[in-house]
Amino acid sequence: MSNIISITKKEFRSYFNSPIAYIFIITFLVITSWLFFRPFFVVDQASMRPFFSLLPWVFLFFIPSITMRLWAEEKKLGTIELLMTWPITDLEAVLGKFFASFTFLAITIFLTFPIPITVSLLGNADIGPIIGGYVGTFFLGAAYLSIGLFISSLTENQIIAFILSTILIFLLFIIGEEFVLVTIPTRLAPIFSFLGLGYHFDNICRGVLDSRDLFYYLSVIIFFLFLNIRSLESRKWK
Amino acid sequence: MIEVKELTKRFGSTVAVDNISFEVNKGEILGFLGPNGAGKTTTMRILTCFFPPDSGKVNIEDLDLFENSLEIRKRVGYLPESSPLYQDMMVIDYLDFVGRIRKIPSNNLKKKIDDMIQICGLEGVVYKDIGKLSKGYRQRVGLAQTLIHDPDILILDEPTQGLDPNQIIEIRELIKEIGKEKTVILSSHILPEVSATCGRIVIINKGKIVGSGTPEEMISKAEGADIIFARVRGPKDLVESKLKEIKGLDKIQDISPQPDGTNLFKIKAQPKIDISEDIFFVVAQNGWSLSELTKEKATLEDVFKQLTTGSEANE
Repeated sequence: MSNIISITKKEFRSYFNSPIAYIFIITFLVITSWLFFRPFFVVDQASMRPFFSLLPWVFLFFIPSITMRLWAEEKKLGTIELLMTWPITDLEAVLGKFFASFTFLAITIFLTFPIPITVSLLGNADIGPIIGGYVGTFFLGAAYLSIGLFISSLTENQIIAFILSTILIFLLFIIGEEFVLVTIPTRLAPIFSFLGLGYHFDNICRGVLDSRDLFYYLSVIIFFLFLNIRSLESRKWK
Repeated sequence: MIEVKELTKRFGSTVAVDNISFEVNKGEILGFLGPNGAGKTTTMRILTCFFPPDSGKVNIEDLDLFENSLEIRKRVGYLPESSPLYQDMMVIDYLDFVGRIRKIPSNNLKKKIDDMIQICGLEGVVYKDIGKLSKGYRQRVGLAQTLIHDPDILILDEPTQGLDPNQIIEIRELIKEIGKEKTVILSSHILPEVSATCGRIVIINKGKIVGSGTPEEMISKAEGADIIFARVRGPKDLVESKLKEIKGLDKIQDISPQPDGTNLFKIKAQPKIDISEDIFFVVAQNGWSLSELTKEKATLEDVFKQLTTGSEANE
């Protein structure tokens, strides 16, 4: 346990060792606020639904940029050789990195708090869907992170990690979308929509906290963290 | 102590480590010597549990590599080749991080870090980013990382790489000092390095052990003869043929005419025979002049060359 905390701390601090973290956070806040508030006054509804439906698409680029360096850099610098020969289990290393990236994401999401405040000041906002939306955002984000983290362990090139993560997340997202579902046999449609990353997010954002949706995201997270551990072990199979 | 038995590791079709066995006792410094790509790093990576061998048995402090990997890793200090470090961390933060990973109790951690800073000579760079350090300093930070938890086993892959001559001597002394109570393996492709630090040497080439022993034993194994350089002024062919008549001479080789018109000969005598005086007399009797007569002791370099190129010829 203390190993996980040490690694999480170290990885989290290294986000802020360069100005990139600040630039990331500011860009994220500016873009999401801009995209949300531009039509907000035209539509004239005190709802955050449009904000939450933006996030899966903004995350598509934002989250791979958080995770891309986590393993790729270790491999590039060769520090993975020390990390893997210290008395740390692979699971501890993976979880440490995952929690660090999650903390970074959580801080970024937390910093969007002026948006719900503004919305509720301007109109009569329904609090339920806003809380639901934030819960969904954390789960969706964590699922994206686990995918990005796994992809990062496959390469020593951060750019490749970024692009592959974006592609994989995009694919997992759109398989549940309407325009994909109409092209496949109707019998398969429920399966695809269940597997899609977006379907469950919509459910949660509607303010319905269903354990099936949370269970789905937890499964995705555990699955990709497990793949991550296997890919570290793969050096042992050579 | 480290026991390695019939260790083999393949990467695809290449055999990186081929059935090697050796032992290192407590208080001993074993030098691992071989050209680049000989299998030194692969062996060390197996011993440090970075990846497992394909076959063979490794016992470290009576713990089995497969069953007690985590326990072994606790007791080993490993300095990988070219000392990989997190570039964006400050030296002090890095040592603190490693200390915590190594489970040094937090009331002792500050003292341990200070000790390491002092032992490895890092006083001036404590608050610098590792990425901005020179190669020598990075190597020292790597060494501090290796030693911070006072491990019983030290595995050092080319520990003096990238250091300047003064630092090399310092680090060597440090390793010797530390090595008195620990089990140390260090690798190098620089021979003087190994003969200065290590009590015993294992020479490895193409994944196989081609020789082992103390530095002295290894030197006496080397051809067993000295090489003499003689610089003679006189007709080249005649000088050569006269010198060839000396009893005990094994080989004579003319090294192209020198700019001053003399001829330089490289002469090898048969084992344990000193023919330098004979050379002098032959030259003097014929009325030529001898302007140089130097003896060169066989060095580890020769053993190394002989063993590493020899095994190639056998294949």
